[in-house]
Amino acid sequence: MLLLIKYTLLYGIVLMLVALGGMFSEHSGIINIALEGIMVIGGLGGVLTVAMLPTGTAPWLVVLLSVLVAALSGMVYSLLLAFASINLKADQTIGGTALNMLATAIAVILAKNYNGSTSSKVSYTNNAFLFKIGGLELNIFIPLGILLLIISYVVMYKTRFGLRLRACGEHPQAADSVGINVYKMRYSGVLISGLLGGIGGLAYIIPSVQTWSFEVGVAGTGFLALAVMIFGQWKPMHIFGAAMFFAVFKSLANIADATVLSQLGWSSNIYNMMPFIASMVILAFTSKNSMAPKAEGIPYDKGSR
Amino acid sequence: MAKQKTTRSLDVRAKLHQSVNTVMAALLCILIGLLVGLLVLLIINPEHAWADGFMRIIQGGFYDYPYGVGRTLVNGAPLIMTGLSVAFAFKTGLFNIGAAGQYTLGAFGGLYCALVLHLPWFVCLLVSALLGAVWGAIPGIFKAYLNINEVITSIMFNWIGLYLVCEVIYGRGAGPMYDANNTRTWKVQDVSPGSLIPSMGLSEYFHTTSNTIAIFLAIAVAILIWVVLEKTTFGYELKAVGLNKNAARYAGINEKKNIILSMTIAGALAGFGAGLLYLSGGAEWNPLNTTTLPAMGFNGIATALLASSHPIGTIFSSLFVSHITVGGSFLPTRYFPTEIADLISGIIIYLCAFAMLFRSLIGHVMERKRKNTEAAAAAPDKTGKEGK
Repeated sequence: MLLLIKYTLLYGIVLMLVALGGMFSEHSGIINIALEGIMVIGGLGGVLTVAMLPTGTAPWLVVLLSVLVAALSGMVYSLLLAFASINLKADQTIGGTALNMLATAIAVILAKNYNGSTSSKVSYTNNAFLFKIGGLELNIFIPLGILLLIISYVVMYKTRFGLRLRACGEHPQAADSVGINVYKMRYSGVLISGLLGGIGGLAYIIPSVQTWSFEVGVAGTGFLALAVMIFGQWKPMHIFGAAMFFAVFKSLANIADATVLSQLGWSSNIYNMMPFIASMVILAFTSKNSMAPKAEGIPYDKGSR
Repeated sequence: MAKQKTTRSLDVRAKLHQSVNTVMAALLCILIGLLVGLLVLLIINPEHAWADGFMRIIQGGFYDYPYGVGRTLVNGAPLIMTGLSVAFAFKTGLFNIGAAGQYTLGAFGGLYCALVLHLPWFVCLLVSALLGAVWGAIPGIFKAYLNINEVITSIMFNWIGLYLVCEVIYGRGAGPMYDANNTRTWKVQDVSPGSLIPSMGLSEYFHTTSNTIAIFLAIAVAILIWVVLEKTTFGYELKAVGLNKNAARYAGINEKKNIILSMTIAGALAGFGAGLLYLSGGAEWNPLNTTTLPAMGFNGIATALLASSHPIGTIFSSLFVSHITVGGSFLPTRYFPTEIADLISGIIIYLCAFAMLFRSLIGHVMERKRKNTEAAAAAPDKTGKEGK
C-alpha cells in the first residue's frame, strides 16, 4: 500500500506539472504536442547537471541548480515551437511532432557524447532529492509541485496576466483590439509550458532510478499528460485530480506483477491502457460543450478578420 | 480559340511553377537538415567528420553495395506506405499522427495470420491492411460524429494499440506467436514460409534475407493512390472536404462519410506497410518494448511533408529518408552516434512545418527573376514559345 502511495504521488506530480504546462500553452492558443520532447530535453539538462556537479556539493545546491537547468532547457526548447508557430505561423501539431522526434535524437546524441561511448545511459545519485516521512519515501518535487499548482491557479485566475492569456486563446482578435500583444502572450504561454514541462521531465526521471537510458525518452508520459490536461478540462484543480487518478493506474501497472494484484491476472499493459481509454470516454461525453480554448491551433494573423 | 489556348498554357505554366517551387522547398529543407547534421558531426569529432561521417550518410546504402541498398529498399517499402497514409489524410485536411498505431495493429494482423493461422502471404497482407483500417476508422468516426480533433484521438489510440498488441502477443510469456528465447515473435520463414512475401531472387541479388517484391507493391499502391486522388470523383470529393468542409457540404458532398473513409484508407495504408516489413522477414516484433511506438509511423509524417503530400513524391522522399537512415547506421560508432540520421530527419520535418513560407519565398524570387528576364527579352521570348 505504501508502495502504491509512493508511486501515485511520484507520477501524479509529474503528470500534473506537465499537464499544467500544456494548459498554459493551450490557453494562450498554441497546441503543445511537443510536451513529450520538452520533458526529454528538460530531464536531460537536469540529469546531466546532477551528474556533472562535483560530489561534495551541498544537497540544496544540487537540487536548486538541476531544477533551474531543467526549467531553462525546457524553455529554450519550447522557444523552437513558439518561433515556428507564432512568428512563422507554421502548423502547430506538425511542429510539435517534429520537436518530439528531434528531442530523443538530441538527448541520445548528447548522452552518448557525455559518456564518450556508445551507451546512452547516464548515471547519477539522487539522494539529494529524496526525504522520508514515516515509512513513506517522498521526493522534493512533491512540495515543489504543490507550490507550482497553487501559483498556476493564482496566475491563471487571479491576475491580469492570466485573464489576458485566456483571452488570447479564446478570441485573439478581440484581445488585440483592446491593446493586448497577442504574440507576446502566446510566447509567454509556450515558455511557461517549457518551464513546467522541463521540471516535469526531471521529476519523472530523477526520483525513481539512478541510471537513465535516454533511448526511451520519457516513455510517452508527455502524451499521457496531454490526456490528463483534456481529462482535467483545461482547469488547474481538475488537472490535479485527473493527474492523481491517472497516476493510480500507472502505479498499479508498475507494481501489478509484484503484489497480490497479480492474482487478478491483469498485466501492466492493461493498467497502462486504462487512462487513455478513460480520457477517450470523457472526450466523447464532453464533446458537445468542450472547455477547450476556442482559438487553439489557429495561427494569429493581425491582418485577418 | 487562340485565347483559350493561351489561358490553358498559362494554367499549365502556373501549375509547373507551383510544383517546381514545391520541389525546391523540399530540397531546401533537405539541404538545411544535412548542413545541421554536418555541423553536429563537426562538433562531435572534427577530425573524422567529413570522410567517416558526412560522406557515409550521403552515400547511404551505396557505402556497402549491394547489401546496403537492399536494406534501404526493405525499410523504404513500409516507409512509403506510412508516408502515403499521412499524405492521404492530409489531402482531406486531417493530420494522421496515428500512423504509428495503425502500423502496430497492421503488424499484429499480418503476424497473427502468418504465425498462427499459416495463411498465404497476400491474405496476411490484406488482414494487416484491414486491422490498420479499423484503427484508422476510429479517429475518423470520433472526428465526424463528435467533432473531436483527430490528432488527440490518434495519439490516445496509438498507445492503446501498442499496449493491446504487446499484451496479446506476449500473452504472459506464453503467447503462441512469442519466441521466449529471442524475446521477439517467431521468424516467419521458420514457422510459415508460405506466408513470406515472394522474393523473386531479390534477396540473393542484394545479399540480404528480406528483400522481396514489397517495394514494388508499395510503389504500385502509391500510383494507385495518385490515380484515386487525381482521376476519380471520390478523390475529388475527398480533396474538396479537405479544402473547405462547409463548401463541400453545400455542394452536396457527404463530408462525414468522406472524413471516415479518408481515415479508414489512411489506416489501411499504414497497416499494409507494417505487413510489407514483417511479412518480408525484415524484423520481428518485440512485445516487451511497451515504451516506444514504432518510428516508422512518425517518419511517415516526415516523408509525407517532404513530398507535400504528393503520392508519387512520397516514393522518392521515403527512399531518401531510408537512404540516410541506412547511411547513419554505417557510421563508425567509435566516433559518432548513429542517431545523427534521426536528428537530420527530425530537423527536416521541423523545417517542413513552415515549408509554405519557403515555398512562397522561392516563388517570389523566381517571379521577380522571370519578370526581369521577360522584360529584357520580351519579343524573342514570345516568338520562341510560339515556335514550340
